[in-house]
Parts: sequence; C-alpha cells; structure tokens
Amino acid sequence: MANLHLQTVDLIKRFGGLTATDKLSLEIERGELHAIIGPNGAGKTTLIAQLTGELAPDSGRIHFDGEDITDLPVHTRSGRGLARSFQITNIMPDFTSLENVALAIQAHAGHSYRFWKNARKDTRLTEPAQGFIDMVGIGDRAHVQATNLSHGEQRQLEIAMALATKPSMLLLDEPMAGTGPDESARMVDLLRRLKESHTILLIEHDMDVVFALADRITVLVYGRAIASGKPEEIRVNPEVKAAYLGDQDGGHA
Amino acid sequence: MARLRIVLLIGLLASLALVPPIATWLDEPFYIVLFSRMLILAIGAIGLNLVMGYGGMVSFGHAAFVGIGAYMVGIGSFHSIEDGIDWMASGFFQLPAAIFVSAFFALIIGAISLRTKGVYFIMITLAFSQMLYFVAVGVEIYGADDGLSLYGRSEFAGLLDLNSDSAMYYVNFVTLGICLYAVHRIINSRFGLAIQGARSNERRMQAIGFPTFPYRLAGFVISGVICGIAGFLLANQTDFVSPDMMHWTRSGDLIIMVVLGGMGTLFGPLVGAVAFLLVEEILSSITISWQLYFGPLLILVVLFARGGIDGLLRPRQRADG
Ligand SMILES: Nc1ncnc2c1ncn2[C@@H]1O[C@H](COP(=O)(O)OP(=O)(O)OP(=O)(O)O)[C@@H](O)[C@H]1O
Ligand SMILES: [Mg+2]
Repeated sequence: MANLHLQTVDLIKRFGGLTATDKLSLEIERGELHAIIGPNGAGKTTLIAQLTGELAPDSGRIHFDGEDITDLPVHTRSGRGLARSFQITNIMPDFTSLENVALAIQAHAGHSYRFWKNARKDTRLTEPAQGFIDMVGIGDRAHVQATNLSHGEQRQLEIAMALATKPSMLLLDEPMAGTGPDESARMVDLLRRLKESHTILLIEHDMDVVFALADRITVLVYGRAIASGKPEEIRVNPEVKAAYLGDQDGGHA
Repeated sequence: MARLRIVLLIGLLASLALVPPIATWLDEPFYIVLFSRMLILAIGAIGLNLVMGYGGMVSFGHAAFVGIGAYMVGIGSFHSIEDGIDWMASGFFQLPAAIFVSAFFALIIGAISLRTKGVYFIMITLAFSQMLYFVAVGVEIYGADDGLSLYGRSEFAGLLDLNSDSAMYYVNFVTLGICLYAVHRIINSRFGLAIQGARSNERRMQAIGFPTFPYRLAGFVISGVICGIAGFLLANQTDFVSPDMMHWTRSGDLIIMVVLGGMGTLFGPLVGAVAFLLVEEILSSITISWQLYFGPLLILVVLFARGGIDGLLRPRQRADG
C-alpha cells in the first residue's frame, strides 16, 4: 500500500431503499490498472460518479493523491488529474471531434475569460487536440460533427477528451460498450498503451479483456466488494465464481 | 444557398446604411425613426441572443435591462434640469451608468436565476423583470407609470449631436455594427466556446474541468449590458422612458425577434428585428387586430423554419436537423 493513488473509505450511497454503494473501501495503487467487475446494477457507474463528484456519497471519504477530495466539485477534481469516460456516450454533440477535444485542453489551459482571440484557430489548442484524436484512431474524423460519428468513433472520442485533460488517473466506464470486434481490439490496444503512463480504473464486462489487462480486480455485487486481488486469485475465488463468474453470460444483458 | 445568404446580409446592411438619405429624398422622415427603432431593438435582440442562442439560457426578462439603460438617461436628464446637476445630462455619465447599472442587475439576477434550469429559469427571469417593472411603476418622482419625458437627449460635450434624426440613426447603426463585431469575436473566443459548450452539454463540460456557472454568469452580464446600451439608445430615440419598456411583453418581443431571425446565429437577431417591425408596421396599417395574424405567422416560421429566417438560407450543418 506504499503508493496509493486513489482510496475510498467506507463509501456509502443510497437511492431510497437501495444501497448502490455499500461501505466500499477501495485502494488503487499508482500505475496499476484496476478493473471493477460485477453484474448489471452492482453500482459500478454509481461509484465512478462519486469519485468524479457528480454524485455526493451519503457517508465515507475519497482520497486522491493523498488529499481528501470528497467535497470538491467536479471541475476541480478534473483539475487535480482525475478524468472519466462515460458508459453512455457523453460528448458535445454540436461541436466537431476536434473542438470537443480542444475544449478539454482549453479547460486546463488557464481561465477562459478570453473574449477576443479566435480560439478555433488557436494552435495551442488545436494542435494537441489533433494529437489526441490521432492517438485514439479517429484523426481523419477531426472535422466531423461529433453527433455524426459512428458509435465506436464516439467511444474513442470519449477517451481522447479524457486524455486531453492530462489526467494522472483515468476512470473508464465500459469504454467498449456497444462497439464491434475491430473497434474493441483497437481499444484494448490503446488501453495497453495508456496503462504505461496512467493509473486506470476500468469497468468492463468482457472477462477476456479484464483478465488480459488488469493488475488487480475488485468484484462488486450489490454495492459491496466481495473480493479484491490479482486476476489469478479472483479467477479461483469460490465466492466470485458463485456470485458472478459462474453466471455464463457474465450477467450482461 | 450559403452565397445567397451572404449577398442578402450585405444587401441588408447596405440598405440600412442608406435609409436616411433615401427617406429624406422621399420626404418621409418617419422612416428614419422606424428604422432607428429596428436597429435599437436589433441591438437588444443581439444581447439576448448571446445568452439564449449561444448560451442556451432562455431569459424572459431581458427587457428589464433595456429599461434600466433607458432610465439612466431619463433620470440623468431629470436631475440635470430639476436639480441643476449639469453633468447628469451628459452622455459621458449616462452611458457608463446604463452599462454599469445593467451589469449590476444582470449579475444579481443571473447569480440567482442560473441556479435553475429550463422552465424555472424562464419563470424566475420573468419574475425579476416584473419586479423591476413594478418598482418603476411605483417610483413617483420619476413619473410612476406615466414615465418621464426627456428634457434633452444625451450630450456628448459637442463631440456628438444626437438631436437630428439622421445623426441618431447613424449612432444606432454604428453601435449595432460594434455590437455585431463584438459578439462575433466573443462567440469564437475561448469564452464563447466555453458558454456554447455548456449549452451543448453542461455535465460533460464540468467533467472535462470547466466551472460552467461563472462562465454562464459572465455571459449573462455581457448580454445584460448590450441590452442596457440598447436602452440608452432607445430613451434618446423616443425622448421618453416609461415602465412599459420593461414590461414582460417587451421581453417576449425580444425573444420573438431572436427566434424569428434565427437563434444562435450572428445576424439572426438583426434579421428578426427588421422582420418583426416590418410585419408589425404592415399588418397594423391594414388592420387593428394585427396581432391576430402575427401569432399564426410566427407559428409557421417556428414550424417550417426551425433555424428562423436566417436558418432558411443556411446550408444544413447537422444531419439530424
Ligand atoms: N440516480 C439514481 N436514482 C435511483 N437509483 C439509481 C440511480 N442511479 C443508479 N441507480 C440504481 O443504483 C444501482 C446501481 O446502478 P449503476 O448504474 O451504478 O450500476 P452498474 O454497476 O453501473 O450497472 P451496469 O453494468 O448496468 O452499468 C442500480 O440498481 C440502479 O438502478
Ligand atoms: Mg454502469
């Protein structure tokens, strides 16, 4: 536990009678790829929303880079180096791919009370933005309006936007959801590269991907972590087998 | 289509520039006044469009800022004569007052209203503007609901004389040009992209690190100031200020102009203001119940030209329309 990047302590989130996060204590080390798996409705997305600040936990604390960030607003956490991609594609639909990414860069390039100079032609924004969309593999789609991208391309744009905020840690919520086999393969490739430079919390239903990429895995069921450990430990954990892995389709609808 | 639009816009600006000589030549000075009103209301609509079209904040209270700007002229003129405070007749006092007081009220109203969204935002901005309307109705010293007639137009130390219709017209025209250019710069600046991003997807903007609230608030203040400037001009144009300038129906007129011309386009509000006043002028000369015909006409525009008049001439940008 020498070098904790992100830690939650007894995190609890309830929606009415439903406990979506149940006294969750998670420890993610710097540089690791930590996968979170669990059936639909286990509370994976709810956890990410609390980490980024979109949802406030009912109790418990969140520490990032050794500091308590539980009460910080969303944009401040982004400034600290925490970035997420969304399970349900979440982009600025009436901006082009390049503009979407350029906005993410702009958000971290000082304040935006600049009223006069044309930002669309500002190479300090557009050049790095082009770099990120090249990196995720949609470089030739730079000037296409985001709403007109294919589903897979939008997933890649999501990642480019997250990367453009220069995060130290990425929270990726099912980055391959709904993409075809080719696009999935490219995404796995990308994740493998990103792993070298970022701490990653990955939510993913595809067990092959998870076991291929993860350094550690936490299994979430009804908001509780029923197991946490190295892939080989998780694979043989009887409780996990019973609750999740035994379920042939992985609980995915 | 795109080229046609540019030709038409240049044609519109050129014709507007020629209104005073043509009206003088036709010996119809009334037209100078009518088109002056168009230009001033276009400035107000440009201000509203910044928050409504580019920022996605449908304010139903922007006439309040027009009224505030106008009252600064009325109040200045009043005290300069009634109390002998000469400097209050000066435009160098009245214009900054219009700007700062409308900025101040936009800051307060925005800071509270922008915590709400959608219909609540519409209702709360409406409520604030009606509050200011009733304040104006209640202030006896400034004429209560009768309003105030100006003793004279704003004085600019002999540098600028607003007393002829033509001079007033060109002041309006130049101000309109400045506002159009300023908004053009703003919407393409970092600030402009930030508020447009917040319109497009506020949640995502926060996730990538934008504190959206202060940017939207700043946009609201700038927009209020542009309307305050329109108010300053309107008071001088009509030699009169009254609470009616702040009435909610005036805010509604501004919204109609923006929607009619094309929301979120640079020239939409100008086109909308010109169309609005022309239709009003023509219909009201034919029938007194002109509003009966204006309503359905608007509905047709909204139904068949979702981008307003300007939208009809634009190449389609979005596949989903
Ligand atoms: N805003 C909300 N209000 C009420 N209930 C919610 C809300 N958000 C999530 N829930 C519930 O909380 C539980 C956890 O949802 P969550 O989306 O976190 O699951 P998940 O693990 O991400 O599932 P999936 O694999 O389907 O994405 C679910 O039962 C869901 O219905
Ligand atoms: Mg989920």
